[in-house]
Amino acid sequence: MSLSSRRRFIQKSSTLVAATALPGAALWPVLSQAADEVKLGLLHSMSGTIALAEAAIVDAEKMAIDEINAAGGVLGKKIVPVLEDGASDWPTFAEKAKKLLQQDKVPAVIGCYTSASRKAVLPVFKANKGLLYYPTYYEGQEEDPQVIYTSQEATQSVVAAMEWMAKQQGKTFFFVGSDYIYPRTCNKIAKATATRLGSSVVGEEYAPLGHTEFSSIINKIKAAKPDWIYSTVVGGSNVAFYKQLKAAGLDGSKQKLLSTVVSENEIDGIGKDNAVGYYACMGYFQSIKSPENEKFVAAIKAKYGKDRVVGDPMECGYNAVYLWKLAVEKAKSFDVAKVIAASSEVEFKAPEGLVRIHKTNHHVWKKVRIGRARADGQFDIVHESQLTEPNPFPKL
Amino acid sequence: MSLEIFWMQLFSGVSYTAILLLMSLGLAIVFGLMGVINMAHGELMALGAYVTFMVANVFLKIFPHSVDTYILFAIPIAFLVTFLFGMFLEWSVVRWFYNRPLDTLLATWGLSLILQQTYRTVFGPQEVTIPMASWLDGAIEPFAGVQLPLNRIFIIALTLLVAAAVYLLFFKTRMGLQVRAITQNRAIAETVGINTRQVDMYTFALGSGLAGIAGSVFTMIGSTNPGTGQLYIVDTFIVVVFGGVASIMGTALSSFIIAQLQTTFEFMTTSSYAKVLLMLIVVVILYFRPNGLFSPKVRS
Repeated sequence: MSLSSRRRFIQKSSTLVAATALPGAALWPVLSQAADEVKLGLLHSMSGTIALAEAAIVDAEKMAIDEINAAGGVLGKKIVPVLEDGASDWPTFAEKAKKLLQQDKVPAVIGCYTSASRKAVLPVFKANKGLLYYPTYYEGQEEDPQVIYTSQEATQSVVAAMEWMAKQQGKTFFFVGSDYIYPRTCNKIAKATATRLGSSVVGEEYAPLGHTEFSSIINKIKAAKPDWIYSTVVGGSNVAFYKQLKAAGLDGSKQKLLSTVVSENEIDGIGKDNAVGYYACMGYFQSIKSPENEKFVAAIKAKYGKDRVVGDPMECGYNAVYLWKLAVEKAKSFDVAKVIAASSEVEFKAPEGLVRIHKTNHHVWKKVRIGRARADGQFDIVHESQLTEPNPFPKL
Repeated sequence: MSLEIFWMQLFSGVSYTAILLLMSLGLAIVFGLMGVINMAHGELMALGAYVTFMVANVFLKIFPHSVDTYILFAIPIAFLVTFLFGMFLEWSVVRWFYNRPLDTLLATWGLSLILQQTYRTVFGPQEVTIPMASWLDGAIEPFAGVQLPLNRIFIIALTLLVAAAVYLLFFKTRMGLQVRAITQNRAIAETVGINTRQVDMYTFALGSGLAGIAGSVFTMIGSTNPGTGQLYIVDTFIVVVFGGVASIMGTALSSFIIAQLQTTFEFMTTSSYAKVLLMLIVVVILYFRPNGLFSPKVRS
């Protein structure tokens, strides 16, 4: 090809490209995506304060996508993740959700961690008929038609945990939580459960989010001498609370404490020495012995380094990708309405064992486990329930 | 309330005084004496915490047998690193904004965001684990039922040491005299031959270094993640403003009052109410004494 003809060729072909692009912006997403690919939105905080929890979940979700792609994809299409950063800021979450649904036209989004971020994106998903998989344990009280909740809601951890603690000489309870919706709702449920079981609540304390000075609360605990502390302290406060409990002589050998928010990931930050002996109630623990889990943990370590630990929210994020894939295959379509309809009673052999999406309420049936922290930062599982039905609106 | 709890509550108040004083001394110098609103003060504390984390890791790798002593090295190293970094900040950013308080506020706030994201990129978004020296672990029991955590006693002792050093520096040395002279009247200080440029730089660096010490020590009681600084910055400003800008003594007194009120309210009510009550008291007092508890008696 001579120089001038090459120039003419470029001119002509660029006109052609412009012509095909013109008919409307709506055509673009279809054109920009190869026929054998499907996009999947991941919407998490990669910056800001909540990134400390969400970044690890993204790692697990990406791994699930890689696994599915290696095994042939979904309906023959390769999943292409589109990661958006919610930046720990709720309006940003809503904006990025809009971008994923309107511009990228993703058939599903896996995302959000705090309830505040989820509440911020709900109107966007409603308006754009999107589908959100929410992979974090939360306080319940919600059942949105556009959302599938893949982690435990409050009754699947709090009620089971309270019943178990009451059996371990739990006559008196002291509740400590961060001051926001999750701890307050959990404690409401826990209080009702305690009353039903004939136990009493001898203290209920809330520390502002980000609180770092727990000595007065610890003194109140010492004065009340409860059989059990039930903790829903989150984030950096958690680290301060555990460290100061230990320094005040209330370590895991002297005081029984159970948390529904401390997974292996949090223990990494709290420090293994400070958490040893305390209990946690989760759906998943890294130490679960099953072929599925051993494969899962080995894959995470192979991909992200041998020092990585796996906590409950990571596993729920991983499950979410698979639950979407299975629902799509059941519906034989990426259409949101069809996928939501097909999601009912979808089952997945997860690392934690079988999980099943509820027939009607969009949450999952799953087992409740209680673990006791060991010196190596892992948990000894001391209790495992049957598959438990999700009940986001419990009667109190 | 039993007697044991009373003693432990009293101790909590004293130990919280030490914590507040340690974290606000640096800001009292930078904000109080220089008039620079340093929104990145919390991130300088986080820098001190991360330096401590690195020193601890070096000890774990190279001197695993003497890992218990790491904190004694980490504190001076954290001071030195943040001191030098403070010098750099003053030279690169802060000095262009003297006498423009609102611009400083924006510039240092931007700086704080940049630093937070830098920590996130370098150290990862998750909390880092910092080992506790075994001799600081646990509590002493002066009499039965009263446990006083060793790490809190260490913090009280260190705060006394640091406060004494700052006092000596400002009231017994030539540099302190120069700083006070500049605070009172910059123009005249310059005309009598004080190199204000140099004094500014060292003063800002000193304030930063003190933040580094605080950050290093707080790894024992709190968490270390990229947002750690944000947990402390509000309380720090309250202490300094309440105490009265331009008065180190005011800062000390203000730390004591706020800590005692906070721990007492927290015990009598709840942590959230305690914060509200405390804020109310601070607002009311600032209404009647807009310059804080101690205001400088100079002609302007």
